[in-house]
Amino acid sequence: MAVPLPGDKTVVAQNYPLYIRSVPTESELKFHYMVHTSLDVVDEKISAMGKALVDQRELYLGLLYPTEDYKVYGYVTNSKVKFVMVVDSSNTALRDNEIRSMFRKLHNSYTDVMCNPFYNPGDRIQSRAFDSMVTSMMVQVC
Amino acid sequence: MADAALFEFLHTEMVAELWAHDPDPSPGGQKMSLSVLEGMGFRVGQALGERLPRETLAFREELDVLKFLCKDLWVAVFQKQMDSLRTNHQGTYVLQDNSFPLLVRMASGQQYLEEAPKFLAFTCGLLRGALSTLGIKSLVTASVAALPACKFQVVIQKS
Repeated sequence: MAVPLPGDKTVVAQNYPLYIRSVPTESELKFHYMVHTSLDVVDEKISAMGKALVDQRELYLGLLYPTEDYKVYGYVTNSKVKFVMVVDSSNTALRDNEIRSMFRKLHNSYTDVMCNPFYNPGDRIQSRAFDSMVTSMMVQVC
Repeated sequence: MADAALFEFLHTEMVAELWAHDPDPSPGGQKMSLSVLEGMGFRVGQALGERLPRETLAFREELDVLKFLCKDLWVAVFQKQMDSLRTNHQGTYVLQDNSFPLLVRMASGQQYLEEAPKFLAFTCGLLRGALSTLGIKSLVTASVAALPACKFQVVIQKS
């Protein structure tokens, strides 16, 4: 019997969440907490990149840290908006470039939200187009 | 090529519209229209600041962001690069454009010098908006000595 795998997508700016979505919807508070702690790891990675004299600075941060149940992936844009994705560890079918392509889609949709004249930067994201894109991504994973 | 003309016409009409309904010709009323134009440019700049750097790598420092503005943003909006960027390395940058596309159709020299600031307000807001999305609070002002050359001064606000 297939067990629905929990997945969670978050968009964070200035360290408060603009958008959180999870499947299944229970234990949402746990995801909030995990996302918040992962922000520290993201900040650490960003500052580490700044100090190392690396020419290539990627936007994709990769696996932030694995806990016993979940894996957390991060992505930061040039505008310092952080995307955090929490995936169940038992889902080993997700490869790195799939995660990258999901982040790229998230980034593209977020850019579309920004360009919407009815959206004020800093508000919670209420765009239905964004919602449906995230839903389709989570359905694809789970 | 036609896209550049579309934006120029729209911009000219925006300025004309704001000034046509302005019953108060004193400096107070003019300031209102200028700040409306700047506000419009700010919102557009915020969206552009999100969309344009999408595929570029993360910016390492302030100067990289300014260089991005001078090259990529200017090319995207005006189809040309900024002519020069100077800095005092203490948070002030002067961007110089020797033939600013929004002014180039007006005059070449000293004529219409008093009218020029209206046509620069939107672009000042554009720069400020793009900088704000990229994480830099700033104050942008513009000055014209002789059309169509103009200078944009960006002062970074350290909070």
